[in-house]
Amino acid sequence: MRTEPQAPFESSQGLNSPRPKDKRELVYVNIGPSHPATHGALRTFCALDGETIVAAVMEQGYLHRGFEKDCESHTFQQVIPYTDRLNYVSAMINNVGFCKAVERMLHLTIPDRAAYIRVVVSELNRIIDHQVCVAANLLDMGALTNFWYFFNAREKVYDILEKLCGARLTSSYTRIGGMARDVYPQFADEVKAVLKSVEQSLGDVLKLVEKNRIFLDRTRDVCPISKERAIAYGWTGPTLRASGVEYDLRKVEPYYHYEDFKFEVPVGTKGDIYDRIFVRLYEMEESIRIIHQALDKMPQGPVMSDDKRVALPPKQQTYGNIEGLMNHFKIIMHGICPEPGEIYDATEAANGELGFTIVSDGSKNPYRVKCRPPCFMNFAAFTELIEGSMVADAIIALGSINIIAGELDR
Amino acid sequence: MDASALLETIKSKHPKTLLGSQDRFGVLEVSVDRTGLVDVARTLRDEPELAFEMLIDIVSIDYSQYPEWRGDRFGLTYLFKSLAKGHRLQVKVLLPEDAPSVNTLCQLWANANHLEREAFDQMGIRFVSHPNLKRILNHHEFIGHPLRKDYPITQRQWLSASQSLMDEMEPRLKEKGYT
Repeated sequence: MRTEPQAPFESSQGLNSPRPKDKRELVYVNIGPSHPATHGALRTFCALDGETIVAAVMEQGYLHRGFEKDCESHTFQQVIPYTDRLNYVSAMINNVGFCKAVERMLHLTIPDRAAYIRVVVSELNRIIDHQVCVAANLLDMGALTNFWYFFNAREKVYDILEKLCGARLTSSYTRIGGMARDVYPQFADEVKAVLKSVEQSLGDVLKLVEKNRIFLDRTRDVCPISKERAIAYGWTGPTLRASGVEYDLRKVEPYYHYEDFKFEVPVGTKGDIYDRIFVRLYEMEESIRIIHQALDKMPQGPVMSDDKRVALPPKQQTYGNIEGLMNHFKIIMHGICPEPGEIYDATEAANGELGFTIVSDGSKNPYRVKCRPPCFMNFAAFTELIEGSMVADAIIALGSINIIAGELDR
Repeated sequence: MDASALLETIKSKHPKTLLGSQDRFGVLEVSVDRTGLVDVARTLRDEPELAFEMLIDIVSIDYSQYPEWRGDRFGLTYLFKSLAKGHRLQVKVLLPEDAPSVNTLCQLWANANHLEREAFDQMGIRFVSHPNLKRILNHHEFIGHPLRKDYPITQRQWLSASQSLMDEMEPRLKEKGYT
């Protein structure tokens, strides 16, 4: 406890303070692990001088379920439902990321229609991921209305995802070699209609925050990170782009015809919370552009490869001839067996570079799977980000780097 | 820079440390001796034509049940990406079963701290001179390293006590000048 009153922000001015720094005068506070504002089970342990965080350490692992260990005792196909549970806010991008890595391992090209469907569902998931992140982030500042605007539109996107695969969050929509099933007949029209409400929600939110004094004061120059530090921490995705680095795997290492789509990569300048929010808002606009192009260009054709290493034969063949029966039996009983080897494959997920390192020993189970969750790197920088700032700023800083405990702890 | 040019550049800087190279689905992987890892890593980051500013991931692998494996038991794959040049590189280090240790890269990349903690936690790799080598994903009372092949997937443990985190807070406060 203090003995004499103290001017606000004194400790943040550091050297100007005449008193010696005594750690017994600090107040120690846990933020989390189970707190609504952490949006997941994360623990930050702070030493406070007044409202200012002078030092912080953190603990993660509360949601560690042994994803990587589990993969080793499951077949490649069986891993797909586990990937839903990594980043559960944009599950389909995880499905795509894992399948893309295995397909590259098999030197397998998926049918064009499947690639376009993957682009559409990935971008839809990117939109809802950004909506959740920004909406929750604004909510932490007390701006509740935006939350409803975004979640209304998000629910409409989820209706489409549910029609595609039967589940809202745990989609498991991809298969190794393509998609589980084709889109339904009215898909393109419904997506375009939903994109209108997404645009509407985006407009509504922008109107509320763009010139809002409280929002600007709370976010501008708050918890910034420089370009150099963000790179040193391995930040990727919108958080890195907010610091002014134009790095987007869809541009620099394009996959699934991303090089053919016209879209911009929004970047920030300061890497503060304001930039991180606005990079996401503008990215949603770009995702809408990509989806329109992908829907217009989407070719007809199969959505699953006919490669006998990964695809079940049509039922007439399974029941009609011995080759079909054997092919079915081999895939069900012996699984998909990539050649022995090691691969790292990266996908631009909603919050950065989602990577899968897969080691195969030639059997039906992966020998080792290592997931590179983008928010693991973001969280590593979190203490550096919040030290010197206020508790309330730390909360919105946490929201702005989009930590998803499911993939952080795996 | 393409794979062969990358290999030549690294080879010219570190002829003795480089043990071999391999193509991993279009990405060059170089094997280095563990004693030379930090030197190679520093070259990778600081050499302007290599410019690997970003450490993407550290993957630990237990090769003890890998068919026809004759090398050391543990492997670490360091994944690097150069934003300026656009190329990627993997560096493989093999570590023996009796002393799976290697020098830390914490002084070169900030995220190495957490990535190495994860490799230590999951696989039991020791990182020499790491500032805070403790578990990160598993509970601090956990015994063993779950991603080792000899850790049974069904084996559970009773973990109850929470940690105070003062062991990390104290040095942090000292850095900030608090006594």
